[in-house]
Amino acid sequence: MNNLLEAHSVSKKFGEFTALNNVSISVPKGSIFGLLGPNGAGKTTLIRIINQITMPDTGHVTLDGKSLQPEHIKDIGYLPEERGLYKSMKVGEQALYLARLKGLSKQEAKERLQYWFDRLEIGDWWHKKIQELSKGMAQKVQFIVTVLHNPKLLIFDEPFSGFDPINANLIKDEILRLRDQGATVIFSTHRMESVEELCDHIALINKSNKILDGKLTDIKRQYRTQTYEVGLRTEHKEQLQKELSTKFEIAPTNFKTLEDDLMLNIKLSEHDTSNDLLGYLSSKGEVSHFVELIPSANDIFIQAVKNNN
Amino acid sequence: MNHLSLIIKREYLTKVRNKSFIIMTILSPIIMIALIAVVAYLSQLNNTTERTISVLDESGLLKNTLEDTETTTYQFLENLNLEDAKIVAEKGEHYGLLYVKGLDNIDDLSKHIKFYSKELPSLTLISSLENKLEKQLTDLKMAQKGIDIAKIEASRVNVTIGQESFVGEKTSKIDSVVKLIFGGAAGYLLFMFIIIYGNMIMRSVIEEKTSRIIEVIISSVKPIQLMLGKIIGTSLAGITQFAIWIVLGGVLMSVVSMILGIDLTQSAAGQEELMKQAVESPDVGLEIQNALHAFYNLPIFNLIVAFILFFVSGYLLYSSLYAAIGAAVDNETDTQQFMLPILMPLILAVYIGIFTVIEDPHGTISTVFSFIPLTSPVVMLMRIPFGVPIWQQLLSLAILIGTFIFTVWFAAKIYRVGILMYGKKPSYKELYKWLKY
Repeated sequence: MNNLLEAHSVSKKFGEFTALNNVSISVPKGSIFGLLGPNGAGKTTLIRIINQITMPDTGHVTLDGKSLQPEHIKDIGYLPEERGLYKSMKVGEQALYLARLKGLSKQEAKERLQYWFDRLEIGDWWHKKIQELSKGMAQKVQFIVTVLHNPKLLIFDEPFSGFDPINANLIKDEILRLRDQGATVIFSTHRMESVEELCDHIALINKSNKILDGKLTDIKRQYRTQTYEVGLRTEHKEQLQKELSTKFEIAPTNFKTLEDDLMLNIKLSEHDTSNDLLGYLSSKGEVSHFVELIPSANDIFIQAVKNNN
Repeated sequence: MNHLSLIIKREYLTKVRNKSFIIMTILSPIIMIALIAVVAYLSQLNNTTERTISVLDESGLLKNTLEDTETTTYQFLENLNLEDAKIVAEKGEHYGLLYVKGLDNIDDLSKHIKFYSKELPSLTLISSLENKLEKQLTDLKMAQKGIDIAKIEASRVNVTIGQESFVGEKTSKIDSVVKLIFGGAAGYLLFMFIIIYGNMIMRSVIEEKTSRIIEVIISSVKPIQLMLGKIIGTSLAGITQFAIWIVLGGVLMSVVSMILGIDLTQSAAGQEELMKQAVESPDVGLEIQNALHAFYNLPIFNLIVAFILFFVSGYLLYSSLYAAIGAAVDNETDTQQFMLPILMPLILAVYIGIFTVIEDPHGTISTVFSFIPLTSPVVMLMRIPFGVPIWQQLLSLAILIGTFIFTVWFAAKIYRVGILMYGKKPSYKELYKWLKY
């Protein structure tokens, strides 16, 4: 069994409104799976179905090969986008309560909380009330509560919102560490640079339908444009640019060079290879820069959603 | 089950530790007792205020009618005309001036009696004067017509109807009063409990929504568990508060009355006296005996069992509705439109209890409303001391529990959807749609 979580043709309607239409996803064990999509696409509904907060109208979800059941709750840690804590409760008491709701014994919960509080350097907050903490501090507590019961599946909905860059990095490292220890992570966000950094697999949902999914590298290959960013050291810049424009699709670009190089994005036609281009360029001058432009997750997101609309 | 007990414990502890809850628990009986003490003290003051009323009796018929009492002194003015008498009364700072015109015909005279005063006179004073004058003038008129008053007095007969049920149970009017007190107290207690703690449940649901913790919680527990846990936890806190109120109130009451020497039960005693007058029994000793008898005659066991059952199911019925309202809205100001349909039957029940059950505990209206689920807990609790057949109680309870189960299901549906809905205030139509999600 390579997939920890599988959703098979899940649909959900709220009255007349279709929130999810026949969506299937497979989340491989030990991966970080990016669940992407514009606002209102249906991501949260899907996450709520996985958490058994909402029931699907049709379709079913399996965890570790078994249909979702109430006892799976302790195997999942969920950090919702709309999150908060009881304002007038003390940090330690509250964390203990939430941990025990996930099925930990009091003793076990205490020990683990101690470990995590030390780890994130918030040990002296135990007796503080949530309303005395800043938003970022409360988020740390919330993160700990989500991962405390060592779930197989972690679901983070916009985990970095409210964190300063230092703490965001800290949390990112913790997520990666948890993944390395065997957890599988579903990660829902609008911040494409963190998708780029973290995710191995993604699924893109738009208007209740899944429009794209797979390994991030495969998808990038699929969206590759055969465009190369080149730098060329030559005496006859303008003449060469004219020549190139007859043979290839070119566009001006900019990057850091030491000399006054000719800088271009060059898109190859279908029957050309990068070697053809490189050979041609090297016959015209000294090639100082030659990089394939790989589409970013951001480009893919925008393009896929645009095409779908 | 483990989850439920965790939730109940948390709800209970947060409620009980809450500062305003603690302050309310301690201050309420203090304020109540202080109020009662002040009222008792003031009414004592009021009673001991001595008033002087000047009387200008031109007819000379009232000489022996108006006797001085502890608080009222009558000063008869002689040989003055009305204007001078007014001046005397005003200068002497008398409470007022009673003026009777010098007419021989009693019928005419009765129409020309006036009371002059600086401020509006007290209603009880005027009616007591009226009573005294009426009696005196009636006696005089009867004497004029040659009727022997002594004979009339001698022929007066007092009737007290002895009451007995077909099976031989003796009852009396005081019985009804005792029953009324028990039934009324039970019904009113439930009413208060629903209003105070139902609101508390609603607020705590709204708090969970506004602090956005709700989704974190219901990824661990079922919404219905959370809702029931909330209701039970808050109710236990409520019972704790009530118990403290009763104990603290009792202690304070005795302490205050010892220190100040004010009989706080006096006002209650005054009411008892009124009741006694209403019952018009000549023998006070017999009266107390009757009251005790009435108390022992109450279906005590039935009362206790029925109280617990109707109280619990009635309270849970309403509190689940309160929880559903809390889930449907985002903040407390939006609750108004949904509160009305809850409060209406509750208030209706109390009014029916007060006006109809007293008049006719087994009449059509009382009986019907003691079966309608939203009013039955209050109305039935008020009826039971008067003796309600067991089959009626069971039927009413069955209807109530059936409704209760339906309401919890209904409330849980609203709750489940509502707690995840933010933003606009839902309409009834939308609530109906939520039932189908």
